[in-house]
Amino acid sequence: MAMVGSNTRRNRWLGLYLPLVFFLIFLLFPFYWMLIVSLKPNSELLDTSVNPFLLFSITFDHYAYLFTDTEFVRYTLNTFIVTVGSTVLALSASIFAGYALGRFRFRGGSFMGALIFLCYLVPPTLLFIPLSQVVSNLGLYNSYWALIFTYPTFLIPFASWLLMGYFRTIAIDLEHAALVDGATRLQAMRHVVLPLAMPGILSAGIFCFTLAWNEFLYALVFMGSGNMKTVPVGVVTDLIRADVYFWGSLMAAGILGSVPVAVAYSFFVDNYISGMTAGATKG
Amino acid sequence: MSIITTEQPGRPVIPEAKERLLVRLSRRESSLAWIFLAPALIILVVFMAYPFAYGIYISMTDAMVGFAAKNFVWFENYQRLLDDPIFRKTVRNTFIYGFGTVPFKLVLGLWLALVLNQSFRFSRVYRAFLLLPWIVPTAISSLAFLMLYNGVLSPISWVLVDWGIIGDNINFLGDPVNAIVSLCVANIWRGVPFFGVSILAGLQAVPDELNEAAALDGANVWQRFWAVTWPVIRNITLIATLFSIIWTFADFQLIYVLTKGGPANSTHVFGTYSYQTLGQTFIGDAAAISLYMFPILAVLAIILLRYVRHD
Repeated sequence: MAMVGSNTRRNRWLGLYLPLVFFLIFLLFPFYWMLIVSLKPNSELLDTSVNPFLLFSITFDHYAYLFTDTEFVRYTLNTFIVTVGSTVLALSASIFAGYALGRFRFRGGSFMGALIFLCYLVPPTLLFIPLSQVVSNLGLYNSYWALIFTYPTFLIPFASWLLMGYFRTIAIDLEHAALVDGATRLQAMRHVVLPLAMPGILSAGIFCFTLAWNEFLYALVFMGSGNMKTVPVGVVTDLIRADVYFWGSLMAAGILGSVPVAVAYSFFVDNYISGMTAGATKG
Repeated sequence: MSIITTEQPGRPVIPEAKERLLVRLSRRESSLAWIFLAPALIILVVFMAYPFAYGIYISMTDAMVGFAAKNFVWFENYQRLLDDPIFRKTVRNTFIYGFGTVPFKLVLGLWLALVLNQSFRFSRVYRAFLLLPWIVPTAISSLAFLMLYNGVLSPISWVLVDWGIIGDNINFLGDPVNAIVSLCVANIWRGVPFFGVSILAGLQAVPDELNEAAALDGANVWQRFWAVTWPVIRNITLIATLFSIIWTFADFQLIYVLTKGGPANSTHVFGTYSYQTLGQTFIGDAAAISLYMFPILAVLAIILLRYVRHD
C-alpha cells in the first residue's frame, strides 16, 4: 500500500476522503441523475428555472407508463429467456471445456487454450454482418435461438478460461484417489471435482449472465423487430421519441434495466477480478 | 466406461498399481479431452470461425441486402474505402477513442485503486458501488449521458450558466469536436472502474512489510510506489490496458446511443459506420469496414496473449 504511514488526519483527508468524494461524484452522478429524473414530474423536469439536481415532488407516473403503455415487460421477459438460455448453454459447454483444458494433458492442449482465449477478444462489431447471414440462413432470425446460440461465442471463451484456472486450483490427488477407488473419470468429475468447483462455476455463471444481459449489437441486428427486442435495445429504439416528454420513462427504464445485473454483481464483487485473472495468472 | 476393472473398491492399492493406473489414464485422456472440448468447439466453429471466413468472402463481393445476385470484386471495397472521407474520419476517431482515452482511464483507475486499497469503514460497499459504471449495460448508462449532454436539459450546462461561467448551454453532441470529447468522457467514465478493480486486485499482492521497511528507510510515497508497488501491479495493469484498448476500439453501444456517428458522420468508429452502411444495404462494404479492424485487433490480441500466459 502506498499510503502506509500516512496516519495523520490531514493525510487521511488528502489521500482518502477527498479522492473518495471525487470518485463518488464522478462515477455515481449519472445514476443519481437517472434516479431523480425517473421520479420527477414532467412539469418540474422541463422547467429550467428550478434547480435540476433536487427533487421537489415525487411521482411514479414514469414507471407506471413503462408498465402500461410500453412493451417493457415483454422486453424484460425476452431478455431473461435469452440470458438464461445462453448462460445455461455456455456454462455447460464451458465446464467440460474448462475441465479438459485445466486437467488433461494432451497434444494441442495449450494451443486450444490460447485459441479459446483469442475467441474472447473477437468483438461483436467484427462478426455481426456475416453472423446475421448465418442466423437468417439457419432460420433463426428474430427468434430467441438467434441470441441463445450466438451469445455463447463470447461467453464460452470467458467461462472456459475462468473454469480452467479454477479446476487447476483443486488438488488433483483427490481426484486420483477417487479413480483409484474405482470411480470412472466422469464419476470423479461429478462427485469430487464439480462440488469443489462450485464457487468458480457460480462466478462464471453470474459473469455470463451479466455479459448476456448487457449485449447490444447482436440483439439489435438479430432480434430487433417488433416485440422481440431485449431491454437495452428496446429502451434505446422505442422510448426515445420525437417529443420532449420521454425523459422520465427513459430514465425509469434505465434504472429498472440495470437492477438485475447490479444485484447479480453485488453477490460476487470480490470474486469478480480474481475470477477474471484466475485463468490469466494460471494459464 | 469403467477404467479400473481389476481393482476392487476399498482395497488398499500398492504404489505400482497406482502408477499403472495413471499411465493408462493419460493414454485415454487425449481422446476424452477432445470429447469434452467438442460442444464448445462446435459452437465456436459454427457461430464464430465460419462467419469470420464468410465475412471475408462477403467483403470481397458487391452484395447488397435483398439482392441475391453478387459479383466477386476482390479488394475493390477495401480500396474504395481508402478514398472515402467518412472512412478516413472513422479511422482517426477510432484511434482517438481507443488510445486517447487510455491515459485518463489508467491514471484515474490507478488512483481509484490506491484509494480503495486503504482500510476504512464500509470499504467493500464503496467498492461495489464504484464498480457500477462498468457493470450496468452501456446502452443504458449511455442514456443517462444522453440527457447530461442534452442541449436544453443538461445539468452540466445548468450549473455553468448558474455560476456565470458560460452564457448559453453547451452544444455537447451537435458540434463535431464537442461530440468526440463528450464521447471520450463517457468512455473514460465507463472504463475507470475496470482499471480500478483490476489494479486493486494486483495491489493485494503487494507485501506490506516491504512497504513499511522502505518507509523506515526514508523512502517517500513516490519512491515507494515505483520501487515496491509498481513491479507487482505492472502486469495486471498492462493486461487491463490491452483489454480496454481492444474493447474501446471495437465499441458500438455508447456511440450508437449518443451520436449514431453524427453530427454529419463526424464521430463514427468502425462498428457504427459498418452498421450504418449495412442499413444502406451495402453489405459488402459494411463487411469490409468492420474487417479493417482485424489487423489491429490481431496485433493487440497477440500481445495480450503473451502477457497473460507469461504472467
